[in-house]
Amino acid sequence: MKKRLRIGCGAGYAGDRIDPAVTLAERGNIQYLCFECLAERTIAIAQMEKQADAEKGYGQFLEERMAAVLPYCARDGLVVVSNLGAANPPAALAKTVEIARSLGVGGFRIGAVTGDDVLETLLSENAAVVETGGTVRDLGDRLVSANAYLGVEALLPALEAGCRVVLAGRVADPSLFLAPMIYEHRWGLADWSRLGAGTALAHLLECAAQVTGGYFADPGLKDVDRLEDVGFPIAEVAEDGEGIITKVPGTGGRVTLGTCREQLLYEVHDPASYLTPDVTADFSCIVLEDLGDDRVRVARADGRPRPENLKVSLGVRQGFLGEGEVSYAGHGAMNRARLAADVVLKRLERQGFAREKIRVEYVGYSALLGSLAEKTFPEPGDVRLRVACRVERKRDAERVGEEVENLYLNGPAGPGGARKSVRPIIGVCTAFIARELVKTGLAIGDV
Amino acid sequence: MKKVKLYEIAHSRAGDKGEITNISLFPYADEHYDLLRRQVTARAVKSHFWNLVRGEVIRYEVPSIGGFNFVLYGTRIGGVSSALELDPHGKALSFGLLEMEVEMPEEGVGKD
Repeated sequence: MKKRLRIGCGAGYAGDRIDPAVTLAERGNIQYLCFECLAERTIAIAQMEKQADAEKGYGQFLEERMAAVLPYCARDGLVVVSNLGAANPPAALAKTVEIARSLGVGGFRIGAVTGDDVLETLLSENAAVVETGGTVRDLGDRLVSANAYLGVEALLPALEAGCRVVLAGRVADPSLFLAPMIYEHRWGLADWSRLGAGTALAHLLECAAQVTGGYFADPGLKDVDRLEDVGFPIAEVAEDGEGIITKVPGTGGRVTLGTCREQLLYEVHDPASYLTPDVTADFSCIVLEDLGDDRVRVARADGRPRPENLKVSLGVRQGFLGEGEVSYAGHGAMNRARLAADVVLKRLERQGFAREKIRVEYVGYSALLGSLAEKTFPEPGDVRLRVACRVERKRDAERVGEEVENLYLNGPAGPGGARKSVRPIIGVCTAFIARELVKTGLAIGDV
Repeated sequence: MKKVKLYEIAHSRAGDKGEITNISLFPYADEHYDLLRRQVTARAVKSHFWNLVRGEVIRYEVPSIGGFNFVLYGTRIGGVSSALELDPHGKALSFGLLEMEVEMPEEGVGKD
């Protein structure tokens, strides 16, 4: 049998741990290491950084991740694919070249994939905004970014050009992993079955430890060994699109039917129609088989033609979030927390805040599950009141935390540990754009 | 028959896209699949979550991997980036589902 392609996942979100990627590069026997580091709103924040400084706006921890893996690109020919370019892939390229030189490693090529920034095009098309029912122009100066979810077609030219580091911006998460499969196995871009099968493996990889024992443990019911050392996943991908999910032997965590099943449906709606820019993947008849030793076989995922248009993520300024928190403990803790909430709400209402826009939570009791928790669990002896509100003006947002802090001297007995915070909100809205309006490009730097 | 909480016989994971939450549900034992299929309906889940879900609940059955996917429309206003919730992702909602009770025969409770 032809040697299987082995792809590792080096990060599942912007702030993910660095060392598991090094373990994969060192001992994973992988040809590709892909990093998913770009949440929906992260790119809007990066866009604002770029506006403030043209050499910034690339992903957080780019420097640390590149310094950790570039030596393996040089020594072993490891290929790194990532969306760490964020809002500014050319700046990420320049920074990565600089890091390679400072480390004294070279003899390879780095590529920056551009074209996901479609703000100007969307404005000239005046595209519809799904959530508001209006158009992008209606958003006015609230609109800070518009990035199309690019697919494998944007990444493949970089692989074909021989890049060992590919730095993209907004790319659909599974496409980061699917592009190497297509390139190595020479799959056709309309080979929907293989693209669907590859997307199933890509989807299992894209959140890193979430398939190897992270986001899984529930002591006594779902135990995970050495969670503190949980390893990141590897997919072995066969030419026909079947594959095996595994991890580096000796790392913590586990790969089982349970971890793979949960991750397969993570952020999926209709399992028969998982939409990416590359394919409509169909997981509805997928088969998972536990081969033991942290190896799970994935077979019979399928695919149908890709969606016509590309999805665009819009970054939209939505004012400020003001928050305040304070704790109560001992007998009647919930009664005092409820009285405290009543005081804060009345005072905020007098200042013009709309009651229905203020969220009150009892952390430690019902903050996460609301009335479901109140019906199910007894009241706690230690509870934290949290009041949150989103408003247009920063000064108003500050009032929320100030009213909570005022409870120290003006509220019920025994308030502990009041805290307040204010932060700007960049919301995310959705638009769509015709594929032909998106022009992708590739910038190259050799080191 | 006796009542058991879902967490005694099944596991679950929540994911988010915008204001939509999806929650998967898998029985630990394959033989409990039909029991869940009969009792953990979309309507039952909508009712269980009460005011945490403003819109509809759709259930997808995925028998090839022995599980279900519940899609809950309208869980956190504005989605993760602008929701007021302490848990703007709604990651804890899977543990809300696992608090649901189902009826099952006296034998066969627990994980095997």
